[in-house]
Amino acid sequence: MKVRLTSLFIGLVAMFTSAIASAGQGSQLNLTRGVTDISQTVYSLHMLVFYICVAIGVIVFGAMFISIYRHRKSRGVEPAKFHDNLRVEIAWTVIPFLILIGMAVPATITLLEMDDTADSDLSVLITGSQWRWHYSYLDYDVEFLSNMATQREQIYGRLPQTENYLLEVDRPLVVPVGKKIRFLITSDDVIHSWWVPEFAVKKDANPGYINEAWTRIDEPGIYRGQCAELCGRDHGFMPIVVIAKEPAEFEAWIQGEEQRLADAREEEERLLSMEMSEDELMSLGEQVYLSQCAACHQPNGQGVPGVFPGLAGVGVSVGDQNAHIDIVVNGSAGTAMQSFRNNLSMRELAAVITYERNAWGNNTGDLVQAADIHQFIQGNQ
Amino acid sequence: MSTTVSDTHSAHDAHDDHHDHKPTGIKRWLFTTNHKDIGSMYLWFSFLMFLVGGSMALMIRAELFQPGMQIIDPHFFNQMTTMHGVIMVFGAVMPAFVGLANWMIPMMIGAPDMALPRMNNWSFWILPFAFLIMLSSFFMPGGAPAFGWTFYAPLSTTYSTDSTALFVFSMHIMGMSSIMGAINVIVTIMNMRAPGMNYMKMPLFVWTWFITAFLLIAVMPVLAGVVTMVLTDKYFGTSFFDAAGGGDPVLFQHLFWFFGHPEVYIMILPSFGIVSAIIPAFARKPLFGYASMVYATASIAGLSFLVWAHHMFTTGMPTFASLFFMYMTMLIAVPTGVKVFNWVSTMWRGAMTFETPMLFSLAFVILFTIGGFSGIMLAITPVDYQYHDTYFVVAHFHYVLVTGAVFSIMAAAYYWLPKWSGVMYDDFLSKLHFWCSLISVNILFFPMHFVGLAGMPRRIPDYAIQFADINQIVSIGGFLFGFSQLIFLAVALKCAFKKGKPAPAKPWEGAEGLEWTVPSPAPYHTFDVPPKV
Repeated sequence: MKVRLTSLFIGLVAMFTSAIASAGQGSQLNLTRGVTDISQTVYSLHMLVFYICVAIGVIVFGAMFISIYRHRKSRGVEPAKFHDNLRVEIAWTVIPFLILIGMAVPATITLLEMDDTADSDLSVLITGSQWRWHYSYLDYDVEFLSNMATQREQIYGRLPQTENYLLEVDRPLVVPVGKKIRFLITSDDVIHSWWVPEFAVKKDANPGYINEAWTRIDEPGIYRGQCAELCGRDHGFMPIVVIAKEPAEFEAWIQGEEQRLADAREEEERLLSMEMSEDELMSLGEQVYLSQCAACHQPNGQGVPGVFPGLAGVGVSVGDQNAHIDIVVNGSAGTAMQSFRNNLSMRELAAVITYERNAWGNNTGDLVQAADIHQFIQGNQ
Repeated sequence: MSTTVSDTHSAHDAHDDHHDHKPTGIKRWLFTTNHKDIGSMYLWFSFLMFLVGGSMALMIRAELFQPGMQIIDPHFFNQMTTMHGVIMVFGAVMPAFVGLANWMIPMMIGAPDMALPRMNNWSFWILPFAFLIMLSSFFMPGGAPAFGWTFYAPLSTTYSTDSTALFVFSMHIMGMSSIMGAINVIVTIMNMRAPGMNYMKMPLFVWTWFITAFLLIAVMPVLAGVVTMVLTDKYFGTSFFDAAGGGDPVLFQHLFWFFGHPEVYIMILPSFGIVSAIIPAFARKPLFGYASMVYATASIAGLSFLVWAHHMFTTGMPTFASLFFMYMTMLIAVPTGVKVFNWVSTMWRGAMTFETPMLFSLAFVILFTIGGFSGIMLAITPVDYQYHDTYFVVAHFHYVLVTGAVFSIMAAAYYWLPKWSGVMYDDFLSKLHFWCSLISVNILFFPMHFVGLAGMPRRIPDYAIQFADINQIVSIGGFLFGFSQLIFLAVALKCAFKKGKPAPAKPWEGAEGLEWTVPSPAPYHTFDVPPKV
């Protein structure tokens, strides 16, 4: 029994060490080295502390195993009587203290560097909300929402999961390489946390406050991350995708975006006078509903009892039309219902409201047009 | 307290008290003021909660067995993680330690009972109601709290369901129970030690509980304050944690962790005491560095008040605040290291045997130390940015809490079961329990380090496919560990029904302490006449 015990202990330790060793080879079991100077430094710091811990572990557990093996009653040993030794005790208080200083120095230097957001080339305001990210380039007239693009069919097992399952978005954040990018991070509702492991950037998005972080990416590529702070039901479905491009490509992209957004605004003005047909409204509305509303109110409009109100046959969807427009446009203070005024175009707002008033047997027959939304917003100003 | 009072009392009540004169049936348990009865109730209650919280963990692991949502809804998943945490911390680990304190502290210091026996009864009996309130929230519309056991605002205020109210009240009741328990421990230790039992002669379990009790009294009111602020923010229009009204959501985290970090030590200091009793007993050699153990415990307790914001490095604290909390956190490694070195030195050149309590204690030393190592890694702020809120953290605190606190509770149970029940536990089943637990717990928690480092956030109901293999292993470990605990239930039930070899007064050759001077099972009343130490 006792010999078996010892060998089992040794076996377990061997298992751990080999697992840890394979973790060290840059496979998926270890921290990423990342693609920035800071992330490389963080990686080395991680490995430094890890190896120090392994060394201490080998000494302490080694002494323990020798003791377990040699100082057993079954070997007929007589127990010693000693119960303290001042010199030894001072040594094992002072030596760990010195080792800790050895870790603290590089950690301090790295932290000071990470917290220095001065002299940035580009600023992006990142706003978390349940459960999507909003990116706004402060130096350009470009802003957009970024939603998870993985289909529900994959999540619920009706379609096979693809390579970037849960880590793909409809509109990724695009940034240039080699530039110091400053992130200003905040939230519209609960606390979120913006994390891209390859940049070693993780910062909480606190509602009402703005946090800062920065990165300078070395290589072009697609980098993926996730929300890292529990933010409610769909916390696990709030990915981040960042595409890093060469500065020239980035310039071309951002100008294209500026143009596209300006065109869209112009188009919207033009479309205010145009009536959409019921079919158009319903099909655009369903699309918007599934991407923006279904996470809470559910695809079938039933909501989640006690948490998110249902829309099928109850509430504003079958009540007063202006109240319905109001809650979608302005949100509802003190609840998870956010304002969609800046996130959706007037056409989309009109379509989704029409959809909600006519889907799932609501059949109010009301058709809301972009002009109605426009009028409502004007009337409120 | 005044010995004259208790002297006159015992003179009056002598004929009542001195025989095992007690009500029978349910009344015995409802009205008992006996520390042994109350201790047993605490221990059974905590084991029940351990199984309840454990089945929630299994629900979590079943959902995480493969990518995609198969079994439960994400909202229910969040309820599971929340209630698993709350129940394990407040329902399983803390009451288990209070149960051990009730049983053992009076017997270890030669006192006839706890100093405040009626309060003792109350502090136990409000607990089941606290958990009934908490668990009944599952039947509310919207279900139980789903904001994590850390209930960060504003997720727990503006964005929560009405179960928050039940959560807050049940937290209040648990807090009251803990504070009363802590007062009782302090008063007992300060006033009821047998003549000659001076502070530096107290067993370390008594010392660590003494210090733990002060921590409890210091921080439970902070918890009460913060849950009340959550309640008023949600229902009475205050804005402690709402920027729109001049508050700050990060203030919540400061208050919560000012409670929460000492709470972590509340759950581990008594473990240190248990292991410091068991290792010398089975190494047949006195504990190495008794005095330094006491000082180390006290300094860990002191430092625990200065490290709370290491849970909050990513909230955007000023750089120098981050540095302060990083240095303070690293400093805790020093006294903790002293303890580990002392235990290893106690084994060194002893004459060890490996009965089940010793096996759990040895596993504790190794696995708790592994949890300590990941703790040092997490203390390093720049690297913590990568670890924070990932499975690396989940692995870390489960090593400290499961293979730390829970293993030490198991060790204590096996160590003192013969004293409590009067029979030896089933040796084969106990060893089976140990080996199944040891192996499965490592299959369960060790690979979590890897998925955490690879980037898997915690508290997510579904994950990217590169994490699939490890999650599968972890889930298998989880089920093995969960079902292994039923072996312990079998062992405990056999002892409770006195099935086993009768235990002698001192079943362990090397054990020291007053509890081994009384017969097994310990009579209903012990040390009516204080022993001489």
